[in-house]
Amino acid sequence: MDKVANVWVYLSANPLLHLTMTLVIYQIGEWLSQRSGRSPFLNPVLISVVSLSFILLLTNTDYQTYFEGAQFVHFLLGPATVALAIPLYNQFQQVRRSAGALAVALVSGSAVAAGSAGFFAWVSGATPDIITSLIPKSVTTPIAMGIAEKLDGLPSLTAAVVILSGIIGASLGPPIMNFLGLIDSRAQGLALGVASHGIGAGRALQINETAAAFAGIAMGLNGLLTAALLPVIWKSIF
Amino acid sequence: MLAALTLLLVLQLIGEAFVAYFNFPVPGPVVGMVLLLVILFLRGGVSPSLSQTTQGLLQRLSLLFVPAGVGVTTHLALIKDSWQAIGLAVVISTVLGIIVTAAVMTVFIRTRNNGDG
Repeated sequence: MDKVANVWVYLSANPLLHLTMTLVIYQIGEWLSQRSGRSPFLNPVLISVVSLSFILLLTNTDYQTYFEGAQFVHFLLGPATVALAIPLYNQFQQVRRSAGALAVALVSGSAVAAGSAGFFAWVSGATPDIITSLIPKSVTTPIAMGIAEKLDGLPSLTAAVVILSGIIGASLGPPIMNFLGLIDSRAQGLALGVASHGIGAGRALQINETAAAFAGIAMGLNGLLTAALLPVIWKSIF
Repeated sequence: MLAALTLLLVLQLIGEAFVAYFNFPVPGPVVGMVLLLVILFLRGGVSPSLSQTTQGLLQRLSLLFVPAGVGVTTHLALIKDSWQAIGLAVVISTVLGIIVTAAVMTVFIRTRNNGDG
């Protein structure tokens, strides 16, 4: 038993353990998500974050120790954000014809999503760091976390609420839009991408390919627009 | 693959340097993304090797959020105090964002179609 404890002490101080743990648990989450037919509730990120958090709490591991291993995965966020230019470029060719309508709808939806998130958080008494963590919540995670950092929010809280927004939009969005008679697949896809980024785009793919292309471009442009404007607007108000 | 990965890192580095030098309020990688977008428009296409490398990276994009997401464990006390505010803001703003985007898009598509007909 002592030997096992010694091995644990050795491994838990080694970056290999938490790097491997992150990859294994993510793949279990991915497998569960696939088996459920990509249900928005069984999101692989959500499953991984919840399980890993429980493991850290149970094993009394602090976040810094975990991050020493997980940083190798985290580092790739930067180059991956740069790479988002490629799907954006490809989708741009597909949506050119509706560019005018798309631009107006995107800007209004993006402003309403960010503004109402900040407003309702403020009304219900959230502290400033929570408010600034919530405002970028409709933007795709890597960009949203960068924005939260710029606004002195808490990037990790942003990561969590971004995923939550994705799940809520992907599950409630389509039934609400159908109920309101907003059934054009270009409009549905765009709305899912603006409010629920990649998770919404995944849901749009189940509607049809047109919806998916509009969701993809909405996610990319919303990220770009919010990153370019939000910090400037925020700093000019406060 | 190596060339593509190097290109991404170089663009990110330029982005980070630009942001740090001008004290620019946009995240460095987003500046890198805009640079890449400009390059793609100038070139008029995505090269196969760049497309392949980035596909691998973007297909597993959501894995990359996990380490940061686990960081919520460091804010548990804060979240415990304001989970109602967080929940309310997230649900209402997401639903409003969807309705407004879809409604505005629908109105614009309809007016344009009427104009055409």
